Amino acid sequence: MLTVSGLTMRFGGLKAVDDLSFEAREGDITAVIGPNGAGKTTVFNCITGFYRPTNGAIVLSHPKGGTFQLQRMPGHRIASAAKVARTFQNIRLFAGMTVLENLLVAQHNPLMAATGFGILAVVGLGRYRAAEAAGMEKARFWLDAIGLTARADDPAGALPYGAQRRLEIARAMCIDPVLLCLDEPAAGLNPRESEELNQLLLRIRDEFCSLLLIEHDMGVVMRISDHIVVLDHGKKISDGTPAEVRADPAVIAAYLGEGEEDEVPA
Amino acid sequence: MTALRDAFLSALVALGLFAPLVGLVTTSGDHGLTLTARPIATAVVVGLVFFGRLLTLSWRGRSRREATAANRAFAERITRAGKYITPVLLSAAIALPLTGSRYYIDLGTLVLTYIMLGWGLNIVVGLAGLLDLGYVAFYAVGAYSYALLATTFGLGFWVCLPLAGILAACWGVMLGFPVLRLRGDYLAIVTLAFGEIIRIVLNNWVSLTNGPNGISGIPRPTLFGLAFSMDGGPGTFGDFFNIEPQVIQRIIFLYYVILGLALLTNWVSLRLRRLPLGRAWEALREDEVACRSLGINVRNTKLTAFGIGALFGGFAGAFFATRQAFISPESFTFMESATVLAIVVLGGLGSQLGVALAAIVMIGGLEALRDFLSFLGDQMDSPVFAGIASELPQYRVLIFGLALVVMMVLRPRGLVSGRTPSVALTKVKEIAPDLVAEGRG
Repeated sequence: MLTVSGLTMRFGGLKAVDDLSFEAREGDITAVIGPNGAGKTTVFNCITGFYRPTNGAIVLSHPKGGTFQLQRMPGHRIASAAKVARTFQNIRLFAGMTVLENLLVAQHNPLMAATGFGILAVVGLGRYRAAEAAGMEKARFWLDAIGLTARADDPAGALPYGAQRRLEIARAMCIDPVLLCLDEPAAGLNPRESEELNQLLLRIRDEFCSLLLIEHDMGVVMRISDHIVVLDHGKKISDGTPAEVRADPAVIAAYLGEGEEDEVPA
Repeated sequence: MTALRDAFLSALVALGLFAPLVGLVTTSGDHGLTLTARPIATAVVVGLVFFGRLLTLSWRGRSRREATAANRAFAERITRAGKYITPVLLSAAIALPLTGSRYYIDLGTLVLTYIMLGWGLNIVVGLAGLLDLGYVAFYAVGAYSYALLATTFGLGFWVCLPLAGILAACWGVMLGFPVLRLRGDYLAIVTLAFGEIIRIVLNNWVSLTNGPNGISGIPRPTLFGLAFSMDGGPGTFGDFFNIEPQVIQRIIFLYYVILGLALLTNWVSLRLRRLPLGRAWEALREDEVACRSLGINVRNTKLTAFGIGALFGGFAGAFFATRQAFISPESFTFMESATVLAIVVLGGLGSQLGVALAAIVMIGGLEALRDFLSFLGDQMDSPVFAGIASELPQYRVLIFGLALVVMMVLRPRGLVSGRTPSVALTKVKEIAPDLVAEGRG
């Protein structure tokens, strides 16, 4: 469904991503892992339109037909037309807005389309009322899915860290994505929260869309991924199922620093 | 003890500063200019600094938490009171012309103009978080649009009002384009420059705008075609209702026009806040990157904020032109932008009630202070105050400025600083200001 081929991203003299090719299949959880500075987030930023890649193609094909050349689309179109949603390594919620409002902002485009250029809805006409009811219904569903219904009217910034992580995922799901990109969703979660997150991600995979995730927590990666891509210094060093990757000597070398200049085990 | 020493030092600095500034005054006597000393005035100012410093030090002595708690309690009280303040203010506004006093109605019209401008700017600064220091440009565009359309093509006020608004909105979008990528200080500087450019163009494009001489003879609005002219001829207000034409009728009519326009601004902004567009503005203020990741077109959203903010500025400008019947570029200086921005900031970014209160305090309060000070001056007939008593009203802006500084120290996020959510599942709960972003463009 997502095919990345020959992706290169250069920042001045630095090649953050170097001729990377991989594929994320439909209905899979694909994990991108690698040591710090391997270029994982850069790949994400290229896919979601925050960076424009120096070279290469990122092609997304929808299960219902239609293909999108993501490297050519402006950032907001990648979310609204190609339906690629993302979360951020350091949570970016609308802290001063309520949990419910966060979920409604994510449905901006369908709701906006129902307002009749804003004029009809301002005077209370048109089909906005129905659209808003549908939007609230979807928000309610996701509130329930992440267990935050009771806190729907609290500001997002006041939620505990784990709940903020879940809310960010729910917010991304509200754009009805076909591919959800998660940048270190388990960072900073305790084991129980981490387990809840696994369940949520598996549910999203089974019922909604494919996932692409960057993760440091090997527990999460090995347990839920269907397919793992390992990066080091911007290059792909391994690609396969969790079992294959775990056994790959190149991966072990990259993670344990074997044969590298510093001999400190990671 | 340290507090005393600190206050003493402050007073010393104040003495050094104000001895020449306040203590000496030039008067033109028989032999040209002479220098007169004003020891009492200087002593008063230095004394104020001394005690003011002592007061702030003792206030700062309180624990920080205590201060925050007091602040929070005050915010909650004002929010709860807001339910009652709004209808009281509204009925007072509707009933004001019943006083029949031209002074109060004129003052009310002025305050309402600023409330409307404040609400318009609130869309740009308060909701979308785009700092705009050139809002007066749209006020000017609205005023000149109406003035030129009316004097050149003989169009009436009610036809020109939407046109003036639309033209101002177009200029808002035009300003929006170059500043899309700018944030914070840079955005402020460019918008400031935009305001100045408009004023300078109006000043120098003599063939169109008549330059610094301004445009006079701008027609007054009519009530469904009934003019408010003093001759009482056929088709005028006085003739139609068979009453003696009086100037006050027109004044009252203008007052209700601006009241209606201001309420329209308020209604539209309140409505928009609950619609996806308004929520997108607020989301933009909170986090632009997240907005983009959710498929919100940041460019269009910013442009609509500039456009709709400017639209109401244009309406207010058209009203200003018709009320004054004369406009010149002098009325559209940076001072106006600064006043409107001060109203929005003082009121609390994004708060409709706060902006209204702040405009009443800033515009009405300044007038009230003038009255109070001249009254006070009349009471001080002792020779000790000889130099000061008559000049007291001149100090009103100084006193007012100090009051604003104190106010912003005590309530840095404005009078009404919390944010009311636009929608709720069960119950609307006020959001504490420290969670709400102020926006950096």
